[in-house]
Order: sequence, then C-alpha cells, then structure tokens
Amino acid sequence: MNNLPDTSTYPTIWDKPPFIKKAWLRWSIIVGATLYLIAALTSMDINIQRLLEGIPRGQRFIDSFFPPNFADNRGVVWEGILESVWMAIISTVAGIALSIPIGLGAARNLAPLWVYMFCRFIIAGSRTFPEIILAIFAVKLFGFGPFAGFIALSLGTIGFFAKLLAEDIENSSEAQAEAVKATGANWFQWINYSIQPQVMPRMIGLSVYRLDINFRESAVVGIVGGGGIGATLNTAFSRYEFDTAAAILLVIICIVMVLEYASSILRKWVQ
Amino acid sequence: MGAVMVVSKENNDLIWKRRTSKEQWVNWFFWLLGISIVLFAWNIISEKTVWFFVQDAPRQAADMGTRMVPPKWSYISKLVKPVWDTINIATLGTIIAMTIAIPVAFCAARNTTPHSLVRILALFIIVSSRSVNSLIWALMLVFILGPGILAGTVAIGLRSIGFCAKLIYESIEEIDQNQVEAVKATGASNLQQMVFGILPQVLPTIAGVGIYRWDINIRESTILGLVGAGGIGLQLNGSINTLAWTQVSTILLVILFTVFVSEWVSAKVRGAII
Repeated sequence: MNNLPDTSTYPTIWDKPPFIKKAWLRWSIIVGATLYLIAALTSMDINIQRLLEGIPRGQRFIDSFFPPNFADNRGVVWEGILESVWMAIISTVAGIALSIPIGLGAARNLAPLWVYMFCRFIIAGSRTFPEIILAIFAVKLFGFGPFAGFIALSLGTIGFFAKLLAEDIENSSEAQAEAVKATGANWFQWINYSIQPQVMPRMIGLSVYRLDINFRESAVVGIVGGGGIGATLNTAFSRYEFDTAAAILLVIICIVMVLEYASSILRKWVQ
Repeated sequence: MGAVMVVSKENNDLIWKRRTSKEQWVNWFFWLLGISIVLFAWNIISEKTVWFFVQDAPRQAADMGTRMVPPKWSYISKLVKPVWDTINIATLGTIIAMTIAIPVAFCAARNTTPHSLVRILALFIIVSSRSVNSLIWALMLVFILGPGILAGTVAIGLRSIGFCAKLIYESIEEIDQNQVEAVKATGASNLQQMVFGILPQVLPTIAGVGIYRWDINIRESTILGLVGAGGIGLQLNGSINTLAWTQVSTILLVILFTVFVSEWVSAKVRGAII
C-alpha cells in the first residue's frame, strides 16, 4: 500500500495560468501601462466645470433629438440619401476598376519587383490617409459637391480593395495557375482562367462590403463639402435642427443594416 | 459529380466553353444591369458637378503642390503635443471601447446570451455604433462635452464598441464547446464556466481585436480635430483654413509617420500574441 505517492504535498487550489507567461514581461507591461495611463489622463486636462455644465446641455441636446423629424425636410433628406447612394455606387465601381491593375501589380507572384514596390507604395499611401483628408483635398481641387466625394471615396477604395486582392492572389493555388499556363494560354487568358475564378467569390463579397463602407463614409465626406447625406447632416447640425439630424442618423443606420444583411446573403450565395 | 464539359461545335470541331449559353445570358444580363446602374449614377453626379472646376483641377493641384514644398520642418516642435493627444485619444478610446465591448459581445453571442431579447438589444448597440462614423459621434459630443480631447476620446470609444463587439462575439460563437462542458462537469457555476471555459479560448482574439482597433483608431483620431475634438486634426484644419500649405505638408508627413509606426507596433504585438 505504501507505493502510492504522498498527495498531501500537492496544492489543492488550482490557479489559472497567466495569459503572458514570462513574469518580467507581464510585470513590465502592467507597470508601463499604469505609468502611461497616469501620464495620458493627467495631460487630458479635463475641465470638470465644463463637464458639469455639459450635463444639462447634453440632456437638452438629446431631448431635442426626439422625436426624430422625418416630415419637415423630407425632400432634402431624400435627395441627400440618393446622392450618397449614387456616390457610393460609382466610387466603389471606379475604385475597384483602379484597384484591379494595382492589385495584380502588388501580388508578388505575378509582378516583377519594381512594379510590386510601386503598387504597394500606392496602396500604403491610400491606406494611410482617412477618406476625410482625401476629401478635404478633393474639395479644394474639384470644388464643392459630390464629385469631390466621389474622388475621395474612389481613392480610399484602392487602398482597401487592391491590398486584399493582392493578398488573395498571393494565396491562390499555384497548381491551377500552372495547369492553365501549360495549355499555352497567354497572359490575359492565364489571369482570366486561373487567377480570376479563384479570387472572384471573395472579391464579390468584398465589393459589397466596400459599397457598405463607402456609403457610410459618404455620410462624413459631406461634412467637409464632399456632397451626399453628410452635407445634409452637417446643415441640419449647423441649423440646430437636431430632430432632422436624428432622422438622418436613423435613416443611415437603417440603410447600413440593410446593406450589411444583403452583403451577408450575397456572400453566402456566392461562396 | 455531374459536371459536364461545355462545348460548342464549329466546323465539326468541339470548342471548350467556360459557361453554358444560359449561364452566358444570365452573366450578360447582370453586366447590363450593373453598367446601366453605374451610368445612371454617373449621370446624376455629373449633373451636380461644375465641370469648369474639374478641368481646372490639374492646375490647382500643381499650384498646391508647389506651395506645399518644402515642408516647414520647424513646425514639428509645435506638433509634439497634438501627436501625443492623438495617441491618447486612440488608446483611451480603445480602452473604453473594449471595456464595454466585451460584456456586449457576451450578450450578443448565441451561446452565452442570457436571453434572446438581450441579444437583440446587444446587436442593436453593435449596429448603431458601427453605422455612425466617429466624426459624427465627435460632432455630437462636442456639443455635449465641449471641444477638446475628452469628446474625441468618447467618440472613438463609442465608434469602436460595435467593431470590437462584433468580432469578439463571432469568435465566442465559434469556441470549442467541449472545454466549457469539461469545466461544467467539475461543478462550476455559469460565471466560472465563462471565466475558465470560454474566456481563455477567446482571449487571444480579444487582445488581437483590441490592438487592431487601436491601429485603426490612431488613423481615425487624426481627423477628429476637424470638428474640434482634439488631436492633430485641429492643427490640420487650422493650417488649411489659413492656407499655410507648408504646415499642411508637415502635418501630413507627421500623420504618415505616426500611422506607419502604429501599424508596425500593432503588427509586432499581434505577431507576439498569435
């Protein structure tokens, strides 16, 4: 009977292993994070007086949102929404049309190094600046109105779509490309029959997703003069017509929900 | 499989086709529909465009370009505080978002939600937070909280809840149920099952999503200053309005650098976690 190990020395309480296993790393992250938080919060310079003032103001602000007023500015809101929809559609299409050559060029398995570097540079540039900064410059160059918004959103689409397209092409199956090449296909046939069918399902899903993003972004490029529902929203805010602003926000939320639902169905259907 | 090779006959030669003629027609129909919609949309936008301005754009661009170089490097010393503010807005905003997003995600996931009504509420929070852009959140919060960093931080926080909660709840729904079962078999309560069965499985996702969103938020917080919500956007807006183009180019370069560094940091950290 004595060959059983003595269990009394085993711990009876089990502790969860820590997420970060190295103790020194864990502690230095905790200490560093705490120091950073203290520094950040003290430099934030929060004015308590102003905050207390803000509470009744916020209350009034939220009150003036309700009930949302769909009736008074219906014509303008409807026009703004339509403009945003059209803007989102053409900027998605134009953006994707520009993204395809750039995406092909940014895939290392298709393009020589200098083309690759050049296309990656375009993608990085487009991804760095938010659509709204692109929109500010587009408005400066092309004047107020939806055309500037269209340019900004198209350029924004490149960074997103070309990057994902390039990554998808790089991940596509070598064997199929090889097989099509072996039949003596020229470059366009090769791309069209071996690469395109492999990346198409995901790209269709992504284009619908980007359409969704472009519609949402079209709501803000208007703030800097890029047209669309954003312009209407901005006007409503500056005229203190918060009930109309609430109505616009609700319409945006509804359209985004519908788009999101539609894109999930479409993606399931394509794949 | 019943897949049959599609061929057409020409001069007694069989020629391979990618699609049957029915598929071909459907395909053409969708292209026609798509192109019509695009042309229609283009028509509407072009009616609202002053083409004279567009034709003038290349000249304007060249003009702006010459005004932007060389960047005014001495201005960088004035940008240190705004960049620090921008980073704080992004970081604190992400922390706020994650604190709210994790409980919301547990309420929204089908396998952990306390009640289906709670789930609908959680999904509604997610959708409304995602559909309203951070700039619009900031626009509203500046009215309530006054201009400054706080409005920006809260705006970034509110905007990020939906994104983080959505990705987290999707990963909660995909967990391995066996581990939860095993924890349950030891007599653990619901809360203990969550902490010891579910949380360890989704913790890498949570950390990854947080870092990823932080990276996006750095980018978003550079523009919040446009509506008065703090950060480097304030300087950008001021410089554009006063036509100080050499300052504008300096600011753009600083933004480029900040975004580049944040992307590098986030890639490193995510690489270490996953």
